[in-house]
Amino acid sequence: MSDAPMSDGGSGANLRVPHSHALDKAADVEGRSLWQDAFRRLQANRAAMISAVVLIVMALVCFIGPVLVPWSYEEIDWNILEAAPPNIEAGHYFGTDSLGRDLLARILQGGQVSFLVGILATSVALVIGVTVGATAGFMGGSVDQILMRFVDVMYAVPLMFFIIILMVVFGRNFYLMFLAIGFVEWLTMSRIVRGQTLTLKNKEFIEAARASGGSTAGIIARHIIPNVLGVVIVYVTLTIPQVILLESFLSFLGLGVQPPMTSWGALIAEGAQEMEITPRTLILPAVCLSTTLFCFNFLGDGLRDALDPKDR
Amino acid sequence: MTSVLAIDNLSVSFATPDGDVEAVTDVSLSVEAGECLGLVGESGSGKSQTFMAAMGLLAENGTANGHISLDGLDLLSADEKKLNTVRGERIAMIFQDPMTSLTPHMKIGRQLSEVLIEHQGVDKETGRRRALEMLDRVHIPEAERRLDMYPHELSGGLRQRVMIAIALMCEPEVIIADEPTTALDVTVQAQILDLLMEVKANLGAAIVLITHDLGVVAGLADRVAVMYAGRIVEQGSVADTFASPVHPYTQGLLDCTPSLDVETEALETISGQPPNLQSLPTGCSFHPRCPHVFDRCQTERPLLERTPSGQSKACFYNGAEAG
Amino acid sequence: MWAYFSRRLFIAIPTLWVVITAAFFLMRLAPGGPFDQEAPLPPEIMANLKAAYGLDQPLWWQYVNYLGNLLQGDFGPSFKYKDFSVTELIGQGFPISIQNGAAALFLALLVGIPLGAMAALKQNSGADHAAMTVAMTGIVIPNFVVGPLLALIFGIWLRETIFALPVAGWNNGALPNRILPVICLALPFIAYIARITRASLIETLRTNYVRTARAKGLPFRIVVLRHAFKSAMIPVVTYLGPATVFLLTGSMVIETIFGLPGIGRYFVQGALNRDYTLVMGVTILAASLVILLNLFVDLAYAWLDPKVRYE
Repeated sequence: MSDAPMSDGGSGANLRVPHSHALDKAADVEGRSLWQDAFRRLQANRAAMISAVVLIVMALVCFIGPVLVPWSYEEIDWNILEAAPPNIEAGHYFGTDSLGRDLLARILQGGQVSFLVGILATSVALVIGVTVGATAGFMGGSVDQILMRFVDVMYAVPLMFFIIILMVVFGRNFYLMFLAIGFVEWLTMSRIVRGQTLTLKNKEFIEAARASGGSTAGIIARHIIPNVLGVVIVYVTLTIPQVILLESFLSFLGLGVQPPMTSWGALIAEGAQEMEITPRTLILPAVCLSTTLFCFNFLGDGLRDALDPKDR
Repeated sequence: MTSVLAIDNLSVSFATPDGDVEAVTDVSLSVEAGECLGLVGESGSGKSQTFMAAMGLLAENGTANGHISLDGLDLLSADEKKLNTVRGERIAMIFQDPMTSLTPHMKIGRQLSEVLIEHQGVDKETGRRRALEMLDRVHIPEAERRLDMYPHELSGGLRQRVMIAIALMCEPEVIIADEPTTALDVTVQAQILDLLMEVKANLGAAIVLITHDLGVVAGLADRVAVMYAGRIVEQGSVADTFASPVHPYTQGLLDCTPSLDVETEALETISGQPPNLQSLPTGCSFHPRCPHVFDRCQTERPLLERTPSGQSKACFYNGAEAG
Repeated sequence: MWAYFSRRLFIAIPTLWVVITAAFFLMRLAPGGPFDQEAPLPPEIMANLKAAYGLDQPLWWQYVNYLGNLLQGDFGPSFKYKDFSVTELIGQGFPISIQNGAAALFLALLVGIPLGAMAALKQNSGADHAAMTVAMTGIVIPNFVVGPLLALIFGIWLRETIFALPVAGWNNGALPNRILPVICLALPFIAYIARITRASLIETLRTNYVRTARAKGLPFRIVVLRHAFKSAMIPVVTYLGPATVFLLTGSMVIETIFGLPGIGRYFVQGALNRDYTLVMGVTILAASLVILLNLFVDLAYAWLDPKVRYE
């Protein structure tokens, strides 16, 4: 049958064959063109590009800004001692909070926490998720069964409660929070990586590596992980905002970062107390947090469209 | 005789991110009552899309131009509401993949009877009784019990029988069978073909049989049209076409169909790949794969013309200019 | 069908046991006891306190005891609300939380499904884009931002108008007191459900069986409602599992913002006060709820997809 010049199928109502054809071929011919292609598609996505620029600017401002702001985040302006409107002469460009601390300095410090938690906790999730997922997918059999059943069970557990228990038990330690959040977010990552690994596992080049005597660990590291990269990049971009959201949630409840340090979630909680007098103290950190989350989501969606053309 | 379904200068194109792709170009076909027309071609040759256009079932990015007339009613210009009075009632379609073409969460009986209830306004009991009769007519064993089953409880062959039964519910004038046997086991294929043969004999409907399998056409069809890259390249009676094909592509297709009657050393194949619709070759679309190609084929497109034998072909080659 | 369901049930029970055990031992890992305060208590008082709460027993005995009490519905005494047992606190808070949660879920389904279906049927139209932009906003902006903002708008800026709504307190469940918390809790759900419905309905409308239904000449309305809708609802039902988790964490936020005496707020207070038994009780209750909802989801699958019934 394989000699016959006709293949069947593809005559369904959704004739979508023609346009993807050329792209697939290009990707087959030259490996790199896939990434170049993706980058081109990403550049064409205006929402994603604007989001990327906004995020970079925000991160730079949060980490460099505090040097330029005349007040530090914990310094109390004894001349004010209350939530005051912006006062350029005194150097309070966004005004002060209810204790007379500079709001801009505090928002910048909160931003540092958000970006840090976004990167660190996502890294934790990334390492665990990719390791578990690639192992399960590649080893298959009972290892896969046990790992994935474990993931299933974890999904059915309200993990937020456990994060909070951890925060209670071990005190509200800054770094522990990163770890705890990372430990929750790896589940979906592991599932995605496993699925991707399973489809890759039986491709010819993996067979070739196995046939030429590569060790299991070597094959995972050298062949599977690089090929899973696209999906992982997309998912990482979408995990970062979730992690930032989790941290803000904890801090909002008073279970996250502890005074005098602050975070956007904590600032929103403080602002909510003061909103009757100074809505500014609520709205400014809320806008910062929402903008960041929006940008990460737009960027993630853009990357997904760019790296995973079959999804369109 | 007048044709029940007449397709006139039909073109179908699809809007894609990389520009429009024309899947069907300038196709004219007709079928008469009681006649079976076989439409043959590779996947992507436009044979299915031709009749998807007739049913108003093109994908959303597709547009059709030309005329398709069902007994004088122009299907292409009809709106969805008008089409719905015709689809299922006067023109019905049997699809390729019976495994996915039935609604998974509805019982078989309801999927049959809803056609009658919609078009003829019968009540539920009558609908159920007629559904049962129809299941008997397509030789489904234990039909009574099957009425209350879900599609996944039936085998592929039984599901295709159900699909045929659905198409027959209103005894339509035109039945379009799009690769009705492709997804089935070989033994089941033969049974389904027998059933279609029976339908043809008893019903007097016009049947269009879309397939890539020339063997299926030989057994069932009266006339055959061959499509390549969106155009009809040859048309004629089954007897003539199989005995003496006039287009090199048809010749190639016949050569690569395994036959039990003739002893062959190896199966012939047509060299090359089906063309990419986005970048069709100049001149005759088939010329890069044609064994008889000459200069004119590369620059000029041959039109479908009648040959002295009464067949039609779109080809410049007439045996003499070979080489 | 029953085999299918009982198999699910047999997975559910060990899951619950794992949750209880993990919560119990995590709590006992804590450096320092629940009665550690800034000024240390005299040793004999501390010993009395520990004895009163059974903390002087060996760990395994405490664990067995706790499990035994749990089976009788006894979550033990609260460490901080001295006059109440955890069971009493949960008994007070749970009805409030469950009412708000159910109302939010109901509202989300009522608004989210039609919104998503409309977007799917008018794919790529202005209405579609508008609905999906709103949905994206609902997902991205967390409810601890939306809550205070709603309170700001309806409680303060519109205070003098007919749109004014109470922003704090339960007031024995008076309707105006419920409106803002329920809307705030429902917003992200509406957004998620609308997005899931849209994606799933678009996919279903492309299936072969919908094509068959259209070829039968059925009106489009019937094609959608009879042939496409049920399958399109499967992902929405699947989402109800994660949604419960979401609802529980959401209740912590809205009960804190709007000052409602539900279990979410008890949990947050318990966590801030290191009230171990209270925190554990709520965690176990939450886990049971999630597991129960997942069982319900499994049942719903069987209804939506006949294949499951015969698995």
